[in-house]
Amino acid sequence: MSSKILEIENLTVSFDGFKAINNLNFSMDEGELRVVIGPNGAGKTTFMDIITGKTKPTEGTVTFKGRNLRPYKEYQIARMGIGRKFQTPRVYQKLTPRQNLELSCAQHKNVFSSLLGRSAPGERRTVGGLLETVGLVAKADIPAELLSHGEKQRLEIGMLVAQSPDLLLVDEPVAGLTDEETENVGSLLLALAESHSIMVIEHDMEFVRQIAKKVTVLHQGSVLCEGTMDEVQNDPRVIEVYLGHQEDE
Amino acid sequence: MTAVKSSPPAPPEVAPRKSRTLVREVIIVGVIAAVFAFLLPAILGAAGQGVRINQLGRFISLAIAALGIDLIWGYTGMLSLGHGIFFTLGGYAFAMYLQLQLPAGQIPDFFTLYGVTELPFFWKPFYSFPFTLVAIVAIPTIIAAVIGYLVFRNRIRGVYFSILTQAALIVFFNFFNGQQKLINGTNGFKTDSAPLFGAPVSDPKLQTLFYVLSVLFLVGGYALCRWLTSGRLGRLLVAIRDDEPRVRFSGYDPTGYKVFVFAVSAGLAGIAGALFTVQSGIITPKSMDIAFSIEMVIWVAVGGRATLVGAVLGTILVNFAKTLLSEQYPEYWLFFQGALFLLVVTVLPNGILGWLQSDGLLWLRTLGRPQKVSTYPSLEEDIDVKYEQQNLRD
Repeated sequence: MSSKILEIENLTVSFDGFKAINNLNFSMDEGELRVVIGPNGAGKTTFMDIITGKTKPTEGTVTFKGRNLRPYKEYQIARMGIGRKFQTPRVYQKLTPRQNLELSCAQHKNVFSSLLGRSAPGERRTVGGLLETVGLVAKADIPAELLSHGEKQRLEIGMLVAQSPDLLLVDEPVAGLTDEETENVGSLLLALAESHSIMVIEHDMEFVRQIAKKVTVLHQGSVLCEGTMDEVQNDPRVIEVYLGHQEDE
Repeated sequence: MTAVKSSPPAPPEVAPRKSRTLVREVIIVGVIAAVFAFLLPAILGAAGQGVRINQLGRFISLAIAALGIDLIWGYTGMLSLGHGIFFTLGGYAFAMYLQLQLPAGQIPDFFTLYGVTELPFFWKPFYSFPFTLVAIVAIPTIIAAVIGYLVFRNRIRGVYFSILTQAALIVFFNFFNGQQKLINGTNGFKTDSAPLFGAPVSDPKLQTLFYVLSVLFLVGGYALCRWLTSGRLGRLLVAIRDDEPRVRFSGYDPTGYKVFVFAVSAGLAGIAGALFTVQSGIITPKSMDIAFSIEMVIWVAVGGRATLVGAVLGTILVNFAKTLLSEQYPEYWLFFQGALFLLVVTVLPNGILGWLQSDGLLWLRTLGRPQKVSTYPSLEEDIDVKYEQQNLRD
């Protein structure tokens, strides 16, 4: 039985009284690929903010590999092994893909090792391999601002992997991509899932079906239900949450 | 398949080219520095423009401060409007040492005006020349590191950082102005007649020394900034400038990096202040004027942000423009300065050097000649295409 990589207990986050996350319980096994879905405003992105330390919980605990994350800052949590990909691709525009990956890949991330340290051959090999994985070898040395949207998405996923995290949080990786690019990203994630735990937030149901084994549905800041894609799709509560609104309107 | 596996290791290929460009850059910088340090003064002196040498020396020392501004603003995206503080601190440190070049038992004249009979305690270390040299760099650096740590730890960025630095500048300005009994208040210190190495500071020989020192420190400052910005640290600074929150999620703590570059740039400003003071003969709290700190930013903007060379170029150009124009039309300089800044912001947003790097060179090269359309190399080398280009031109 594999151990839990991430456990969240009784998590509540309120912004001036508005509870973005409400008494949420959640856990993920080591090596699992989990998809989190939910209608707009369900608290999906806040959920990620909490795990990565951007927002601190009002109540409850987030435990990663047995450690409570509350006292740690974003960069410390990142070093512990949680990588995050943002909704819109956030790569360093003025740097080349290679430099982007090198920055994420570096083992020592304090001022003086950045100043004096040279990138180890191992790091350079990792970066070279990653460029191949995300398919950016040909564009490795042009500024990242010249890449297309889809290439930036892939580059950012590459940057995540370069951090060699144990848990990847991926926020809407296929928003704004063509069908073909969506499928590329899907198979990239599936390939990564072999060696990482991954949590994906997504709206695109086709894409969810492509990659998901287990799906968690969030609604109004709590877990509505959990299960396989088929189970979730046939759950009357989920149907109500997703479709009920349409009937109301 | 084997092609992929047996791809040659990158480092040996890259390394010689890198070191060759480095050698070339060192030679170019060395030659320019030698011209500025030795040739130019001789030429100007022979042309009867001796006064320009002193001006040039002062502007070169200002360029050292501009390098620091470029480091934090151009590369790291922190717009400091308070570098006058560090400039002035460096200047005061040197000036205090010079004030103390008196026969034993005497204290500087101005103290008697305010009825002070004993030297304030913090003056005493400035009897020592080595201490003074260290203090010129260390005091601004430490103060910047403290201010920087408090500001950056609390994630104050962007325009709030600029306002804070300007507020700090006003605090220091008022403090220095008000302390007659400690540091002669508004009047500051005159350094002209103070002796140094057995001659007054205004002695031509010493002035030549300061001029050459300014050039050397500018070269040193440039080398330092080049080193800082060329490696991984430099790329991280750019990353912080472009997307600081993202840097945190990549596992870096930006605070340390920002404190570091802020402190380095303050140290450079301190050196600039000291060299400027001895070449202009006086340092007063006026160098913590709001306008002066903003001017430093303008020099960098005119020359080109994040280019380093642009900072130096901009400083010297703007200051000479200022001097020449104010000699001719004393009352109009501020209008010119305003116009210059507007021009840079609207027409040359990347400064002179930024423009040269992007399309200026191309424009200069093709001046008056038909432009060659750059397409795929295969097309340009194609014999048929070439034939058509040569023979079918309308």
